[in-house]
Amino acid sequence: MIRPTGRRGAAGGSAERGIVSAAEWRQPRLRWPLRVLQLAVLLFLLVVGLGPVLWMLKASVTPTQDTLRAPMALWPNGIDLGQLAVAWSRTHIDRYLWNTVVIAAGSWAIQLLVATTGGYALSVLRPRLSGLLTGLVIATLFVPPIVLLVPLYLTVVNVPVVHIRMIDSYWAIWLPAAASAVNVILVKRFFDNLPREIFEAARVDGAGPFVLFRSIVLPMSRPILGVVSVFAVIATWKDYLWPLLVIRNPNLQPLSVRLPTLQPSTDLGVFIAALTISSVIPIALFLLFQRLFLGGQGLSGAIKG
Amino acid sequence: MSAVSEAVPVSEPIERRSGLRFRISRGGLGTLVFLTPMLVVFGLFAWFPIVRAVVMSVQETNLVSEPTFVGLNNFARVLSDPQFGTAVANTAWFALLALLFGFPVPIILAVLMSEVRRGRGLYSALAYLPVVIPPVVSVLLWRFFYDASPHGVFNTILGWVGAGPLPWLQSSASAMPSIVIEATWANAGATVIIYLAALVAIPPELYDAADVDGASIWQKIRNVTLPQLRSVLIVTLILQLIATAQLFTEPLLFTSGGPNNATLTVLLLIYRYAFQNSLGGDYGMAAALSLMLAAFLAVFTAGYYRLTRSWSTSS
Repeated sequence: MIRPTGRRGAAGGSAERGIVSAAEWRQPRLRWPLRVLQLAVLLFLLVVGLGPVLWMLKASVTPTQDTLRAPMALWPNGIDLGQLAVAWSRTHIDRYLWNTVVIAAGSWAIQLLVATTGGYALSVLRPRLSGLLTGLVIATLFVPPIVLLVPLYLTVVNVPVVHIRMIDSYWAIWLPAAASAVNVILVKRFFDNLPREIFEAARVDGAGPFVLFRSIVLPMSRPILGVVSVFAVIATWKDYLWPLLVIRNPNLQPLSVRLPTLQPSTDLGVFIAALTISSVIPIALFLLFQRLFLGGQGLSGAIKG
Repeated sequence: MSAVSEAVPVSEPIERRSGLRFRISRGGLGTLVFLTPMLVVFGLFAWFPIVRAVVMSVQETNLVSEPTFVGLNNFARVLSDPQFGTAVANTAWFALLALLFGFPVPIILAVLMSEVRRGRGLYSALAYLPVVIPPVVSVLLWRFFYDASPHGVFNTILGWVGAGPLPWLQSSASAMPSIVIEATWANAGATVIIYLAALVAIPPELYDAADVDGASIWQKIRNVTLPQLRSVLIVTLILQLIATAQLFTEPLLFTSGGPNNATLTVLLLIYRYAFQNSLGGDYGMAAALSLMLAAFLAVFTAGYYRLTRSWSTSS
């Protein structure tokens, strides 16, 4: 379902016409107002989309007093790069950033493990009842996350069957994140579209389910694994409520949970420097994998976020 | 003759082995190994909590003593809580504002952006950038922008054109619109990308036909573009409403529900019941309110789809 739109988006220029026809583009009466309109949209996007981010960058190297007195002025009294260093070391942003990285990495690994093995079982191995199982997985998509909040919290406080308390353990974030129907269904759909003949040929050659999974299915699935990976990391990075509830120990908390508590006791310039540091990795991921975000698959991320 | 007799013992074990493995993989050990991670994770952290949500809503639960059955008492207590009405009204107000701000903006942006020939990637990237900023960072940054003093960022900008200063988050009247503006900023980019994908998919022949009929640009937008976007718009509208009903991070970090409970949303109330209760968490009330919200959303969505379907059949 996602591939055609992605391809279409990438090859968007092939149709080479939209609302305005080529003939209309050639008329000066229409061309200049359209050009001005497009420039205005670009300016609007620059100011609204990039503006706040640039302001954050500016304020993170501007002395606090300048930011407070004239927030829109450009460095009336010079630049203070020291704030970034203070935020990094003295407010322990380094530690909280590391916590966030560990949480995101673990969440990514477990989401990928569950989505690929589950998708493979439901799509390729197809045991009896796999239809029912797929239905049960899809059903969870229709339950708003808020319904799960309290019972999930109580589950994490005392995991049934094994009776483990997962509060202050990153497993409390990793495992519930892996119960993502979107991931399983995306991967299953992708596997459904892989050519069956290759599986049959591999089976005839003596490949069992494990060999088939590792040597054939996974190497062919890089595109979908990329999509799932990037959205898994970004979603974990953005999450606030759940880590706030389950990670109580301040030394283990991720950035998103720490930042609001740090604010009252932190110098404004240092605090904005901390906000900047927190945004660097998501922005870098976005710039690196732009096509994944802008190709139309953003839908799944949009719903989750 | 000798070639055949040599070939048989080589090929036979392979065939037998593959047949055996094949059978195991259909329902046996291999499948179970692959299914286990999904079954464990979904069982413990999706299916079980969903069932538990229903059970909890009719129980009195705290972490100390055994849960006891209390019937519909939790629902009755939620409904008689004076904060409940406030939270519902605020959430509805938020949804309405989010619709007024947040629904047209991405459509207009996407339609304008779809006509850009060179550098559309730059436009999309700029529009999407706010979406990747972690919500906590956006909210904390905007809370500073919304500083109510004349030296606040937005009030400084308003001062340039001789307006303001506005109280933003400080007053009950403007707190909610302020939150909506930030939420629109933070989320509109994702919707723009969805619309752009849908706009690119509109068959160019439709526009060719409209040109032949001598349609103006505005007529093409009204009679080709918007009708072609209709099915996408129907879905994004309801998804947006469902998302706004579950708003949490923004009101918690901007105002914690204040001033005077003016930004207390349903989700914030659930959070208060369960986790900000000085008498210990009232999980039963929280579960009851969550279920009521979910049930409302389900009924609303179903009604919405019936309504939009009857529109499409009548037109």
